[in-house]
Amino acid sequence: MTVILNQSFTGISIGAVLLLIALGLTLTFGQMGVINMAHGEFIMAGAYTTYVLQKSISSAGVSLLVALPLAFLVAGAMGALLEWLLIRRLYTRPLDTLLVTWGVSLMLQQLARDLFGAPNVQTAAPDLLTGNISVAGITLANNRLFILGLALLCVLGLTLILRLTPLGRRIRAVVQNRDLAEVSGIATERVDRTTFFIGSGLAGVAGVALTLVGPIGPTMGTNYIVDAFLVVVVGGIAQLKGSVITAFALGVLQSVLEYSTTVSVAKVIVLVAIVAILQWRPQGLYTLRTRSLA
Amino acid sequence: MTTTTSPTRTTSVVQPSASLPERFRVPSAFLLGAVLLLGVAPLVLSDFRLNLLAKYLCYAIVAVGVSLAWGRGGLMVLGQGVFFGLGGYAMAMHLKLADAAATGQTLPDFMQLYGTGDALPWWWKPFADPAFALAMTVLLPMAVAALLGFLVFRRRVKGAYFAILSQALAAALAIWLVGQQATTGGTNGLTDIQGFFGYDLNDPANQRTVYFIIAAVLLLLMAAARQLFLSRYGELLIAVRDSEERVRFLGYNPANVKLVAYVVAAGMAGLAGALFVPAVGIISPALIGIVPSIGFVIGAAVGGRASLVGAVLGAIAVAWTQSTLSDAYPAAWTYLQGLLFVVAVGFLPGGLASLVTVLRKRRIPTRTTGETA
Repeated sequence: MTVILNQSFTGISIGAVLLLIALGLTLTFGQMGVINMAHGEFIMAGAYTTYVLQKSISSAGVSLLVALPLAFLVAGAMGALLEWLLIRRLYTRPLDTLLVTWGVSLMLQQLARDLFGAPNVQTAAPDLLTGNISVAGITLANNRLFILGLALLCVLGLTLILRLTPLGRRIRAVVQNRDLAEVSGIATERVDRTTFFIGSGLAGVAGVALTLVGPIGPTMGTNYIVDAFLVVVVGGIAQLKGSVITAFALGVLQSVLEYSTTVSVAKVIVLVAIVAILQWRPQGLYTLRTRSLA
Repeated sequence: MTTTTSPTRTTSVVQPSASLPERFRVPSAFLLGAVLLLGVAPLVLSDFRLNLLAKYLCYAIVAVGVSLAWGRGGLMVLGQGVFFGLGGYAMAMHLKLADAAATGQTLPDFMQLYGTGDALPWWWKPFADPAFALAMTVLLPMAVAALLGFLVFRRRVKGAYFAILSQALAAALAIWLVGQQATTGGTNGLTDIQGFFGYDLNDPANQRTVYFIIAAVLLLLMAAARQLFLSRYGELLIAVRDSEERVRFLGYNPANVKLVAYVVAAGMAGLAGALFVPAVGIISPALIGIVPSIGFVIGAAVGGRASLVGAVLGAIAVAWTQSTLSDAYPAAWTYLQGLLFVVAVGFLPGGLASLVTVLRKRRIPTRTTGETA
């Protein structure tokens, strides 16, 4: 029983990482239909931001706290730039954005290799986050708890923005009906760019979180991007809670299966489960009800 | 639409064949390609370069399927590596067993190394039969594609959702193969293949034969795909790509139309994988995961996804550039590859083939040329 609970906690923390990554994807994919494969490289940008910061600020705790907002800005700026340079030209062909942004991701990976070297690098974790706490026989690693808290905080923040602010209202309007939003006087292009900024920034935050649990390398983003997209596909694009439920469910399923079978068999079973879920909800758990045929 | 007119709106100025329907004509580009591949290339290229070309032609065979499914059907097939891999592994399993039998062993070399005991896994056993293995190189990929395609298209999962699922399938298969080291060779894959149905692959003469087989298969599949493009089915496929709902309202089931394209493309990829094994002597997870799967698409995108010749030439050109550049300047190749994706897909969605069309239109203003090549 303890083993299952321990595995479940590991799963929840995997789910938290997936959630952080998928949040940004849900935003950009939901609003614009854009499949941004370079999202993984924004994660990497966030992670390297932490690494560079730690070279100038020696205190691991302080640098981590500074890195969170800074990585958000760095990754967000990269995302906004990508949107401005390429993606806004491709809104009529959303499927092609997948290949274009894959090309961007290849170039960004190579850029990271040229700037920081091909081998992985490490950052030091703050002392506070290196230990464990035990609750009822389950060992909870502090760093994973921190990531879980961070992910939930991001969900909360994003929900508040979407529900309460004028920006959130505009984003929801564009997601629900772009044309109607436009004729109502919403500058949809500006909303798109802002959404891209926020979505990419969240990837940067995810990158900072990942420095706590693993090494930083040029290809770190690719390991997560497909799983994160699967979260979006299963969760649906209409509501954030779809992504939240799916991320944690996939994380727990994956790690429990890994324990009872092997890593590779677990991957295959998870994929089969996803195809099965899509038989039941082809557009994901939460869908927009519209009259459009597309 | 009447049945007597040719399906595409191509009106040719070439006299004698003008009365023949488009599908019975042999395009000059195809003849030229056949002469180059079967006649000129074996004469002028060294054994080494011919072997490289054989490898590129395998990618070109995949591109024929990509052109069908993606170019004509609008299905973003990002998991062709799965089918390439299934075909490749089916072939390699048989060749490994044959190699082992030739040296008097019961188990392939890697199984003795990683030790599964003495018994061959049950799912390896039928592959000792050459006919079964050959059939599986095509049927296995088609069966997997049919299963996934049926489940996915039936529920109208499409567009990006389908692309991501097919990509996830590629990731899953690669990870699974790596995990089963004792029975699949793991990360190394199935390597060091010596013989091909009794012929020694180290003999240059036999390698040339392999090249001829691959070139002939490519040309045959191109001819078959062209017939498919020009048939009523080909028109329906384009209609599904451009307006799926309208096709549904007209009484067709788009799911079936897409399923056929996806399954045929998978079979072609499987065949390509099977031919890749004797030409290159290896099949491994690194050749079939997410990255190579996207690589299968980019060649078609550069050359022109909807144009058969464009897709094939694009695949050959990209593979050739990759092997020329990636050893000497790996960083430069990665940047160039990224740039190819951005420029070819972002700014030239019809690929280089669309440039040809533009130029032709400029030269002969009266002639309308479809994107059919």
